[in-house]
Amino acid sequence: MAARAIWKGVVKIGSTSVPVKLYSAVQDRRIHFRLLHKTDHEPVKQQLVSADTGDPVEYAEVKKAFPLTRGRMVLLEKEELEKLEPDDSRDIAISRFVDSDELDPRLYERPYYLGPDGNTKSYFAAAAALEKKEKEGIARWVMRDKSYVGSLRADNGYLMLITLRHADEIIAADALKPPGGRELAQRELQMAEQLISALHGEFDPKKFHDEYRARVLDLVETKAAGRKPKVVAFRPKKQKEDQLADALEASLAGVKTKRKARG
Amino acid sequence: MAEDDDDFEQPSGLRPFWSGTITFGLVTVPVALYSATRMGGVALKMIGPDEAPVRRRYVCSKDGKVLDADDIVRGYEVEKGKFVVVTDDELEAIEPRKTREIDLQLFVDRSDIDPIYYNRGYFLVPSGGTNKAYRLLAEVMEKKNQAGIATFVMRAKEYLVAILAENGILRAETLRFANEVRSPDDVGLPNPVKAPPAEVKKFEAAIGRQSKKLDLHEFMDDYTERLEKLVAQKEKKKADIVRAPAESRKDAEDEGGAEVVDLLAVLSRSLGGKSTAAPKRKPAKKAAAKKRPAKKKTSTKKRASR
Repeated sequence: MAARAIWKGVVKIGSTSVPVKLYSAVQDRRIHFRLLHKTDHEPVKQQLVSADTGDPVEYAEVKKAFPLTRGRMVLLEKEELEKLEPDDSRDIAISRFVDSDELDPRLYERPYYLGPDGNTKSYFAAAAALEKKEKEGIARWVMRDKSYVGSLRADNGYLMLITLRHADEIIAADALKPPGGRELAQRELQMAEQLISALHGEFDPKKFHDEYRARVLDLVETKAAGRKPKVVAFRPKKQKEDQLADALEASLAGVKTKRKARG
Repeated sequence: MAEDDDDFEQPSGLRPFWSGTITFGLVTVPVALYSATRMGGVALKMIGPDEAPVRRRYVCSKDGKVLDADDIVRGYEVEKGKFVVVTDDELEAIEPRKTREIDLQLFVDRSDIDPIYYNRGYFLVPSGGTNKAYRLLAEVMEKKNQAGIATFVMRAKEYLVAILAENGILRAETLRFANEVRSPDDVGLPNPVKAPPAEVKKFEAAIGRQSKKLDLHEFMDDYTERLEKLVAQKEKKKADIVRAPAESRKDAEDEGGAEVVDLLAVLSRSLGGKSTAAPKRKPAKKAAAKKRPAKKKTSTKKRASR
């Protein structure tokens, strides 16, 4: 079944406008538990109370405040906050194009497909051009009173928009000093390289499954049917010796025999 | 609204989410895992009519009783209004045997991973006595531009992860499972049509003209900038300044921005080869109770310290 578009916008590349519809590219498959009161198994709800008196506070009475130092806060009126919201717009503005592998993977947040909204030829032409140039566009747009930064990219001939985290949301790797120590032995580095090459393959996401999810659903069904689930105690695995060179050698030998066995 | 358990799982940042070992072949790398992303912007506080901070508490939707973490269990809704209670012990018991292990049996080119799969980043820091295996794995993976792929269970959820290295530091990027990602077909996009070459050329030229190096300054959150400006103006005018009562101040600060700095400090310390144990947080019982069930916490601690 076709999904419903969640927003309509216009991608601006150079002087050309490409009208698009936006669709979520992900679906939530996680298991959601509800919080329940232990004694009567009724759902739990949240209540707002004054931290001072413990008296309940209605949501409508709540004001927002910006924390300063030493417990001081600046109260912000609803109207003041509304004024800060970005102006409505349908534009998906592209500020620049960067190489496809230039973005830190941690920036990628939520992917959306863009579908053509009218001008189909322009849409597919834009996708083809991005694909050919191996570029992604840094996009900005306003959706439901919120401004977003995103990456406009081509994916199998289609346009896609992946929202990006703001710069202050990721801790840069170079803000941290890597762990140091004595220089690594050449032989160990070589063996590690060989081992990684031996384990090298293609990334096929379809080969990995959320098995734990299936087990949780199984557990729930067992209990719902009134049967007792089998509970096995968790047994921690023993830590192996840190004989790095030996471990590498043994692993390489292991990989080789496996390969031979497979022919 | 009844409560989902999702916000129970929110990381505090200062404590490792998970600790265990990465293995490749027979080599084991003991690590602790910390968030590599954080909430951006500023979390505004809620203030009540008495100008005191507002906090959340849980109550039973039926009898209105105020609940502590110990009074709360998790349930799965099997049909409307009917729940099956699931305990932490039960969830732990069905975890895979090797739950404390990220076993890298596959290494792929980093460019092989489509960005559509990337979900969230975590730092991995060495834990346990030696960091030699850690440095070895990081150096080789970074040099070869490789990512190790595995699945593992963390906090009652299974994750697909790509382990990669940057600047000598290992990271775990959680990936979406294939069935969490839609195809253009699932969405119902029309079949691609051949675009007129002249039009493709026109776009290529526009892309070429606008190609520049990435500039992270463009990724600033302009809403937060406007907010901070407004706050600075009001502070200067001494307008609408309130002071939280002393006893609730701790509460407010606990949730605040101090954490950002602390996470960096914790990470730096951990990478420096010293203890990866998070600094002791003040007990702040109230905050703990409303954030996560006490039981969950102890089980995490127990497993982490083995």
